[in-house]
Amino acid sequence: MTTAASVGRKRTWREPSILPGFGLSMGVLLAALALIVLAPLAALVLKAGGAGPAEILAIASSPRTLAALRLSFGAALAAALVNAVFGLLIAWVLVRYSFPGRRLVDAAVDLPFALPTAVAGIALTAVWAPNGALGALAASLGWKVAYTPLGVMIALVFVSLPFVVRSVQPVLQDAGADVEEAAALLGASRLRTVFGVVLPGVAPALLTGATLAFARAVGEYGSVIFIAGNVPMVSEIAPLLIVIKLEQFDYAGAAVVGMLMLLISLALLLAVNALQAWSRRRLGNV
Amino acid sequence: MSEPAGTQADASVTGESFLVRAALIAAALAFLTLFLFLPLVAVFVEAGGRGLEGYLAALSEPDALSAIRLTLLVAAISVPLNVVVGVAAAWAIARYRFRGRNLLVSLVDLPFSVSPVIAGLVYVLLFGAQGYFGPWLRAHDVEIVFALPGIVLATLFVTFPFVARELIPHMEAIGSTDEEAALTLGASPWRMFFAISLPNVKWSLLYGVLLCNARAMGEFGAVAVVSGRIRGLTATMPLHIEILYNEYNGAAAFAVASLLAGLALVTLAAKTFLEWRYADAIAAARHS
Repeated sequence: MTTAASVGRKRTWREPSILPGFGLSMGVLLAALALIVLAPLAALVLKAGGAGPAEILAIASSPRTLAALRLSFGAALAAALVNAVFGLLIAWVLVRYSFPGRRLVDAAVDLPFALPTAVAGIALTAVWAPNGALGALAASLGWKVAYTPLGVMIALVFVSLPFVVRSVQPVLQDAGADVEEAAALLGASRLRTVFGVVLPGVAPALLTGATLAFARAVGEYGSVIFIAGNVPMVSEIAPLLIVIKLEQFDYAGAAVVGMLMLLISLALLLAVNALQAWSRRRLGNV
Repeated sequence: MSEPAGTQADASVTGESFLVRAALIAAALAFLTLFLFLPLVAVFVEAGGRGLEGYLAALSEPDALSAIRLTLLVAAISVPLNVVVGVAAAWAIARYRFRGRNLLVSLVDLPFSVSPVIAGLVYVLLFGAQGYFGPWLRAHDVEIVFALPGIVLATLFVTFPFVARELIPHMEAIGSTDEEAALTLGASPWRMFFAISLPNVKWSLLYGVLLCNARAMGEFGAVAVVSGRIRGLTATMPLHIEILYNEYNGAAAFAVASLLAGLALVTLAAKTFLEWRYADAIAAARHS
């Protein structure tokens, strides 16, 4: 059915607007998107697909590829979980309490966004290496951090730290005190109020933040390679495997591993989106 | 008389006791100290390991200078290009409603969820010696991979969403009534854009440029793959740090790293200043 406004006008794929510049801005955007992002990614798909099913399967199921993918996704998941807990704690402390240096701490949370990953990598290695400040402490407890999968996880915790804090913070800030007061008046203990009333409200933001942290951590390279030790099958992450294959001029192999990473990430992101939509439906409009 | 007691009771039902508060703050600060502050301090401590002379020597050797020059050049090319594309993207997405708009937003954000190494890999597959356009490029003597154009392309890929992401929510929050008024009063489209649209979003634009620049100067993975890490030639500062570090020249590596850490601190300070000073304008951009 056409409305009165659109009678006599061809149905278009966009709503009419008096603002000028749609063609120009859209043209610039689409050209840049196609040239810089989409065409190169298409080349990746083409190259990986060109390897043929047998070779793709051989690369994908080789123990070294599987170990690298398992480490990248496993350590990223662990880092996202650590950040979900501590990111929530940091956001809570920053929003709810006042203490000296709070604004400084708030600003410092963004450090991993601003600090180049290579700098973070060598700095974390210096701290966690067996002769470093924390590495020596860990070693005295019998733990080896640097040059192990644990080191990989530490680097990933660092680079993905701001995501959960920055996702949860505004939600906690906007949450009214009235529901907490109501819960308290109805006789709930403080613990029950926090876990039964406050935290469910921030759950969607927490999930979003953890997902962003995970997505960032999976592909991370610069901060990891210094602290990981890069032992094949043990502490070799998937992005490093791509770099190694490229250095051996194994373009098809590099493309297949890259393709696998993209596909797994995409599937996980879609699953999280679906979970997000489901929880929104279940919890109503949060 | 009963008032203070009343407020105290109110505060305690929606707050925690002093001990719990102190414990939570301590836990949060301990975590941040372990993961943020100690590594940051380590950069500067290690950089000073060979004294001021060693520090200055590490920064003034020819390869370090060439790395600094290259990093500045790459940022000087890629950040302005990113601003043009980002502003165009924000204008197209925030000011119009059309089919496929959500898909377009996702595509603009796509580089955030692609590994930097893959961002470099795709250009090697296109322009490398065995890439799709490799033979043609060699025949025409054009160098992209292992040269400046490749580094710029990879940097553009990883920084693609930065400016657009800050501008889109801000532009949407402001709405287009100012612009419509300007048009009604007879302003030309470009005059409207430069006198109304751009000044309206200048703080979030600056914010985006700041983050984009930090990433452009600090990018490692994507640039490592396309540049070939040729010392003194295609090594940017982050790559130069890696080269020095792998040569067991830790003090020099940390000296160069301290410059980038300094840049990060300046970026953070400027970002925080923008957020405090223009909280309203940027809150719209950040939280929606």
